Amino acid sequence: MSDAAVKTLSDSDVVVSVRIRVARNLAGFPFTGRASDAQRQEVLQMVTHAPLGGAFPNGLAWVNMNQASAQERQLLVERHLVSKHFAESTLPRALGLGHSEELGVMVNEEDHLRIQSILPGSRLNDAFELARSFDQALEETVDFAFHPRWGYLTACPTNVGCGIRLGAMLHLPALRYSGEIERVKRAAKDLHLAVRGYYGEGTDAIGNFYQVSNQVTLGASEEELLQHFRDEVIPKLVDYERTARQMLLEKNRPLIEDKVYRARATLKVARLLGAEEATKLLSTLRFGISTGLLHNLTIERVEQLLLQVQPAHLAQIHPFAAEEENGRLSRALLVRRALGDYVEGSPES
Amino acid sequence: MKCDLCDKPALVHEVVIQNGKRVEMHLCTEHAAAKGYVLPTVPVMQMLQQFASTGKAIKAQKSAARRCEACGLTFAEFRQTGRFGCAACYDAFMPSVAAIIERAQSGAVSHRGRTPKRIEGQADRAAIRRQLVKEIEAAVAAEQYERAATLQGRLHQLGMKTNPAADPPTES
Ligand SMILES: [Zn+2]
Ligand SMILES: [Zn+2]
Repeated sequence: MSDAAVKTLSDSDVVVSVRIRVARNLAGFPFTGRASDAQRQEVLQMVTHAPLGGAFPNGLAWVNMNQASAQERQLLVERHLVSKHFAESTLPRALGLGHSEELGVMVNEEDHLRIQSILPGSRLNDAFELARSFDQALEETVDFAFHPRWGYLTACPTNVGCGIRLGAMLHLPALRYSGEIERVKRAAKDLHLAVRGYYGEGTDAIGNFYQVSNQVTLGASEEELLQHFRDEVIPKLVDYERTARQMLLEKNRPLIEDKVYRARATLKVARLLGAEEATKLLSTLRFGISTGLLHNLTIERVEQLLLQVQPAHLAQIHPFAAEEENGRLSRALLVRRALGDYVEGSPES
Repeated sequence: MKCDLCDKPALVHEVVIQNGKRVEMHLCTEHAAAKGYVLPTVPVMQMLQQFASTGKAIKAQKSAARRCEACGLTFAEFRQTGRFGCAACYDAFMPSVAAIIERAQSGAVSHRGRTPKRIEGQADRAAIRRQLVKEIEAAVAAEQYERAATLQGRLHQLGMKTNPAADPPTES
């Protein structure tokens, strides 16, 4: 096994996924917000019909967002493949999907192009390469808006320069329980990092999942940004969380065990489960697995459930969940089947 | 603006924080003197001109009326949304754009990453230099010496001198 692969596996206790987002605009067109519908259509045509060389041998699947149903659009939001803003817009727009959803391209978001690659674990390099391969393949066909001084131009001046944002979704329960998270947030601010809750739009991070991303996109090369984020930012946060976990377990083991086992018990027996409650409890299970308190359950399975308990995903699995007011009955059933008395094979798949 | 205490035009404008609350004061010459403000002994007209050239409100008004010729966006509209309308906006709203970007990007003054392949060889160094030199001059004029020094550093980093003659003759 290569060093990189070992590192990937060993980080999964804290790093859920990594994300690279690249903002680009076609030269010669106003940005999406100020373009005419005809211009937006033209941008759409140019991007969706661009030959991508050998970069994507299987091509990209293009989803016309105006033809997608509300539930389908919500599904894409829950998978973090599109922004809420993009899902709710009515402009001519499309989502390109490639590499088994590892690469997504929003056309006519705030910028003409928002290329995004999300990969599980700490595979930042791979995510970077994926996003770059699309960026460069497209650049063979179209000209991007570029300024000698400001680099790649974007609708919002906070994205200029490389136009690249690196992000990591981190699971930081111990930092949250110990109250250290506020200190982390302050330190992150000094390092020009943004820290947001991954679930829930507000500052409150449901389930203690946080999205950490770089704020500065200008004045450093793509490689420097990547290197700093990969070799300094993420390892530091991972270390910090691990230390907090150790301290908690040493000083307060019964409390942590109680939390983890109660969460498992609740998920096993609950008859009604809200999405937020399920997310919080599953987060606690994830914490239990990564601290060695829970066996017979994998992080991958918990992560799959975290996705499946989101409303649009749930409705896909249980069509009647959509009719139920909040899908609480269906959600509880789904989770009980996955963790509870039904546990033989995986009946729901 | 009128004086807070009478109908005469206010000449002293001050924002004070009292008990954690922001209080604005506008006073005419007499009332200001009565309150103990020491007014500079310069003719009134000259003082007004100073207000005009340094007063933020007046400056902001002027720049808000600026418009990008390519897409029609006004600076006021940009201020409202924080979004530019097109690539040309970046040049249309200089130097305000430079200040905004540098603040948002924690002081970075220019791109150091990749250049699109198509324009790589022909990236217009002369244009970068012209722009940087212009901004250094503006920064010095505005007494923003720290910023001027940063820009100067960037210029050197690019292997350029402030003096155009020292740069290879790529300029037409
Ligand atoms: Zn008065
Ligand atoms: Zn414009």
